[in-house]
Amino acid sequence: MKEGKGEIELIKEGKRLDGRGFEELRPIKIEVGVLKRADGSCYFELGGNKVIAAVYGPREMHPRHAQDAKMAVVRYRYNMAPFSVDDRKRPGPDRRSVEISKVSREALDPVVMREYYPKTSIDVYVEVLQSDAGTRTAGINAASVALADAGIPMKDLVSSVAVGKIDGEVVLDLDAMEDNNGEADMPVAMVARTNTITLLQMDGRFEKEEFERGLKLAMSACHKIYELQRAALIDRYSESVGEGEE
Amino acid sequence: MYKVVVPGDFISEAVSRAGEGTYVEDGKVYAMRYGIVDERGEIKVIALSGKYVPTEGDVVIGRVAEISFPFWIVDIASPYEARLHMSEFTDARGEKIEFGSMNRYLDLDDLIMAKVMNVDVMMRIELALKEDFNLRSGGRLIEIPHTKVPRVIGRSGSMIKMLKDKCNCFIFIAKNGRIWVRGREDDMNLATEAILKIARESHTSGLTDRVADFLDSFKREKGRR
Repeated sequence: MKEGKGEIELIKEGKRLDGRGFEELRPIKIEVGVLKRADGSCYFELGGNKVIAAVYGPREMHPRHAQDAKMAVVRYRYNMAPFSVDDRKRPGPDRRSVEISKVSREALDPVVMREYYPKTSIDVYVEVLQSDAGTRTAGINAASVALADAGIPMKDLVSSVAVGKIDGEVVLDLDAMEDNNGEADMPVAMVARTNTITLLQMDGRFEKEEFERGLKLAMSACHKIYELQRAALIDRYSESVGEGEE
Repeated sequence: MYKVVVPGDFISEAVSRAGEGTYVEDGKVYAMRYGIVDERGEIKVIALSGKYVPTEGDVVIGRVAEISFPFWIVDIASPYEARLHMSEFTDARGEKIEFGSMNRYLDLDDLIMAKVMNVDVMMRIELALKEDFNLRSGGRLIEIPHTKVPRVIGRSGSMIKMLKDKCNCFIFIAKNGRIWVRGREDDMNLATEAILKIARESHTSGLTDRVADFLDSFKREKGRR
């Protein structure tokens, strides 16, 4: 639960602590195909968040009894590196990362056309190398690009971002300082083309009107992120002919 | 010029021409894969990556992964394993294979050239041997993504013909992205390099010419030495 108005002043002279406006995203960097041995991969940076997503598959699924005779099974593992946060994180899955893995998988599930690869598994591994609030959204963005890079049939890409409330204001894309001292945090994932929301969580409290405003803000930011994801994928194959590449 | 699309990109409204790699929603054709659009004839998206899924009639290079009487289980570089029945040998030779002696015909890790006879809804794959199926001696296996096979073959076989001529090798390209090269050692080295170059630069245009330059310059250098 959020503690509400913290001791720290998060907004000064209409700007946030890192100098951003209320509706401003942190800088984003996307790189496709960063891992040689994965079928698809993506490095995604959102401000201080640095995550890497790797996709393996479709491949023969083990254990066999978990296979689905009609479609592929998507498995998603969200994992934080021990060094990704200030205090060392105890390695391995914990309550939080198991939950994030589940909701992230469900955020991507609606776009993956699983029926094309019966009996297989599509394994998505998201590693958080550096964390600054909003890692699950960064992970979903990275995973979605990595899935496309792996050649998995999909209906769309999924884009994701969080909105929150700090010092009584609804703002986009909280960083760790704002998240820890703010009043609310709400990650959203959606399919940009159809405005279909595939993930929506909330920690803290919003007034109904604030919630609606926040959601609208998140949705318009998802469209921006979608454009960046798309551009990253397209740029990869429109680089100059010939020389280069390795 | 290639047009690259990502999943969910709108391509066309000509629903009746929607083909491979696309899906139709609300009377519009969208891309289902990350790939290149081909609008000659059917609207297709040719994937740039992805796993090989066999279809009937494909000729593949497989590796015997397991022997499970009366089948050989064959790895064909796909999410699905293929099966080769014992009768492929018994029928042709009129011999009987005793339980436990299948490895005398084909052993683990043997490479074979086979044709996909049947793929059922459960993705059970049946193979049949090609004549000269056994890829054993004096050759080399190269693996590339199966999506790049058409580039190695080239338009109406132009690329592969050039490779064979200039490298002086026997080259067989299977649908699953495995390539068998047989020839003199240094010829095979050259062919391998050229094929890997094609796979790496498969998305660029003017590739045949560049590969020709590559092969020629290599030969010239060799001649000088």
